[in-house]
Amino acid sequence: MTSRRELLQSLGAGLVVGFTLEAVPRAIDAQAPAAAAIGVRPVDPNQVDSFLAIHPEGAVTIYTSKVDVGTGMRVAIAQMAAEELGLPIERITVVGGDTGLCPNTGGTGGSTGLTRGGTAVRQAAATARQALLARGGLRLGRPAGELTIDGGEVRPVDGGPGLGIGALTDNGLLSLAVDPDAPLTPPGHYRVVGTSPSRPDMPAKCTGRHTYVQDLRLRGMLHARVIRPPAPGARLRSVDESSLDGIPDVRVVRIESFLAVAAPDEWAAVRAASALNATWTEVNELPGHDRLDEWVRRGVVERNQVIVNRGSPVAPADAGSSEDDARALEAVLAGAARRFSASYFWPNQSHASLGPSAAVADVREDGETTIWTSSQVTFGLRSTLARLFGLQPGRVRVIFVEGSGSYGTNGADHAAADAVLLSKTLRLPVRVQWTRQDEHAWDPKGPQQLIDLRAGVDASGRILAWDTEMWIPENRRGPRSVLAADTAGIPHESGRDAAAIFENGDPPYEADRVRVLAHWMRDTPLNTSNLRAPGKPANVFAVEGFVDEICAALGVDPLMFRVERLSDPRALEVVRRAAAAFGWQARPSPNLKARQGDLLTGRGMAYVRYKGTENYVATFMDVDVDPATGRIAVRRVVCAHDCGLVVNPDALRNQIEGAIVQTLSRALHEEITFDTARVTSVDWASYPILTFRELPEIEVILVERPEEALWGAGEAATVPVAAALGNAVFDATGVRLRRVPLTTERVKAALSTP
Amino acid sequence: MPIITLTINGQPVSLDAWDPAMPLLHALRGPLDFQGAKPGCGLAQCGACTVLLDDEPVRACVVPVSSASGRRVTTIEAGGTPEAPDRLQAAFIAEGAAQCGYCTPGMIMSARALLARTPHPTAEQIKDALSGNLCRCGAYTRVLRAVLRASGG
Repeated sequence: MTSRRELLQSLGAGLVVGFTLEAVPRAIDAQAPAAAAIGVRPVDPNQVDSFLAIHPEGAVTIYTSKVDVGTGMRVAIAQMAAEELGLPIERITVVGGDTGLCPNTGGTGGSTGLTRGGTAVRQAAATARQALLARGGLRLGRPAGELTIDGGEVRPVDGGPGLGIGALTDNGLLSLAVDPDAPLTPPGHYRVVGTSPSRPDMPAKCTGRHTYVQDLRLRGMLHARVIRPPAPGARLRSVDESSLDGIPDVRVVRIESFLAVAAPDEWAAVRAASALNATWTEVNELPGHDRLDEWVRRGVVERNQVIVNRGSPVAPADAGSSEDDARALEAVLAGAARRFSASYFWPNQSHASLGPSAAVADVREDGETTIWTSSQVTFGLRSTLARLFGLQPGRVRVIFVEGSGSYGTNGADHAAADAVLLSKTLRLPVRVQWTRQDEHAWDPKGPQQLIDLRAGVDASGRILAWDTEMWIPENRRGPRSVLAADTAGIPHESGRDAAAIFENGDPPYEADRVRVLAHWMRDTPLNTSNLRAPGKPANVFAVEGFVDEICAALGVDPLMFRVERLSDPRALEVVRRAAAAFGWQARPSPNLKARQGDLLTGRGMAYVRYKGTENYVATFMDVDVDPATGRIAVRRVVCAHDCGLVVNPDALRNQIEGAIVQTLSRALHEEITFDTARVTSVDWASYPILTFRELPEIEVILVERPEEALWGAGEAATVPVAAALGNAVFDATGVRLRRVPLTTERVKAALSTP
Repeated sequence: MPIITLTINGQPVSLDAWDPAMPLLHALRGPLDFQGAKPGCGLAQCGACTVLLDDEPVRACVVPVSSASGRRVTTIEAGGTPEAPDRLQAAFIAEGAAQCGYCTPGMIMSARALLARTPHPTAEQIKDALSGNLCRCGAYTRVLRAVLRASGG
């Protein structure tokens, strides 16, 4: 085969070898020491120098544990630093998620990137500004109060020469603790925060030069494919290596039931993975996805927990054991003039990352280990992998390299573990690339959620009592189980974590008595993890759908009903602005006379305050429903969004638009299917997502409040989408669908049911 | 071992392919070092690997490299660089038409093929031509705006 060098020579000067604007070289020399060895940079999150390095020429590098998975995090964090340092944003580079270089202020998720990571950087930058002004003052012989910091210089406000900030450090260091009281630039003086500088990764991404973890190549590495068991828990019985005859230079790795092939040529590894004859035990321990809601309802409850208990004299912590409290609730419900009940269900869904997970690991003989991964939680991954594979955490460096969108914990952490195990075993750098089938089958899933709702309403429409019961898989302490360790027989304690899936189970509307009761279930068929806005699209699908059911029964307009029962001015603002932009007609649902040719048309809305304490989001949509096919076409979506201070409005709009499209996909199309052995939805045909043809018109209204605290916004706009869709479909058809996805089959079946 | 010759982005290339059934995508990303086209599914379902073969958009993951023999391949790298993007790429950059960006090279190549035959497409024509390019982040709205912008529409 032609070597790369020979090939480059044959192509001559015309070949462009791409380099990205990122600091990630695509080809990494495994023989050279790491670019900055562990210990070269301070990483204590109490030190300013851990967060920022000021270079002699005045450029600044920011270090943060928060990573940009396509969200615009790096430009927003750069803006927050630029604001405090008075530096043009072009002079700021952000390095995220490198455990060797960055202070640990937590992993990325839960919409905490800016609230924790950005604010930590901002406070460090404000501390640095204070110090630079003081140092500049000493050098210039002027009090700090007469100086300003702007354009990379400390200089007198009234004119005169200044000093570059690069000249005011000790070899790039300030040696300062972060001052929590260092003053921040007030909102009225913002020059960078609240504007929309373009994301620095955009040019490389749009010209095919951005390096993804899937693109990394280390000199001397092997490409590997892991051969998965046919079912979780299946054991490897035999392997016939002669089935690989004719495929050049392939190694087989077998550690109990962990089976992989590795080769210097990637196509050889792919061929080998497909050709290798292996036999496995049969395992049929799954319940199948059909009637999963019934399986959940019959399941073993590990414990009950009262999540919300408003309007009760008994404190929530006591309510679980208070029989009187429960009896009082039942009495109110029973005595109400109108009583309502409904059951909603949300199935398992996948992160369905477009690029299957990949990782590169280099475990050296002396235990020094480098892992390149798109994991959103690099520090947590370092601890887990060090413990699992007998490495010293202090000698393990995990470097974040962007993968495709991950939306929580997808297969990336598993791929990293695969790579470490293989590199340790083969004593060479190893790259593991998951296949499409691997990613769909083996990524940890969004959990199944069963939600029962009951409400009692008086003759005037006042909600006297509301009870939400949810059956959800219990979270357990400890890192999630690791596939490589499971199959290789490496004993490890593991937990379960689908994150805060119990939030937003209560209506945000005035009601005399509200209880949310979680039944934490012992068993769950598939491994779970945090999937964007964990649990909340499902909970709000139920809550906002149920509110709409009440409205329909009472014959009242769903918008008016909500507005009358909201008192928070920020809630009312998003609801009213979205309604006005949408052109909401006040009337009850459904409106079965509305038609567009043969299509039924309808409109629906939903509102949420994310997690009960954060972003205010109101979402309205127009749909057409074809009764002949059951097909739903979403025509238009209007979303009003208040997250307080907005750092980069354009990046935020991008996120909200994406959240709407992604969650429409989940609500219309997505359900993990599995039989008694394995996940069966393993490609885009069996797990369809929203395509370009289905794109609705989307209008995003940002309610910006720079004087308020900021909330993260990567997730909140997903939450009302399914509910607004279900409500719009009801408005169009008179049929209430309480289970996603709203497939054509389900819609048709519901329409034909008398 | 068979030697396959083809043209990539205007440059002649020779490749020793020990397996002529190896997909073009693997040849591009491996020995030929063009990493812009992405591995998404290997099943021609997602469009992340889209390149042009004699000006037609194809999914490189299912095109055997042998069938590209003697033909012209155009990849995302042909258009421009981050510092000097071509018109279509510049429109994507200006509209911020990406989130993770993994689907973006494929989107742009499909758009490039569309604009070559339909210089001023309608929104419906764009959505149709790009319907085989999946975007999981949901950036379709901006991709649509970018293609309209590039076409002067």
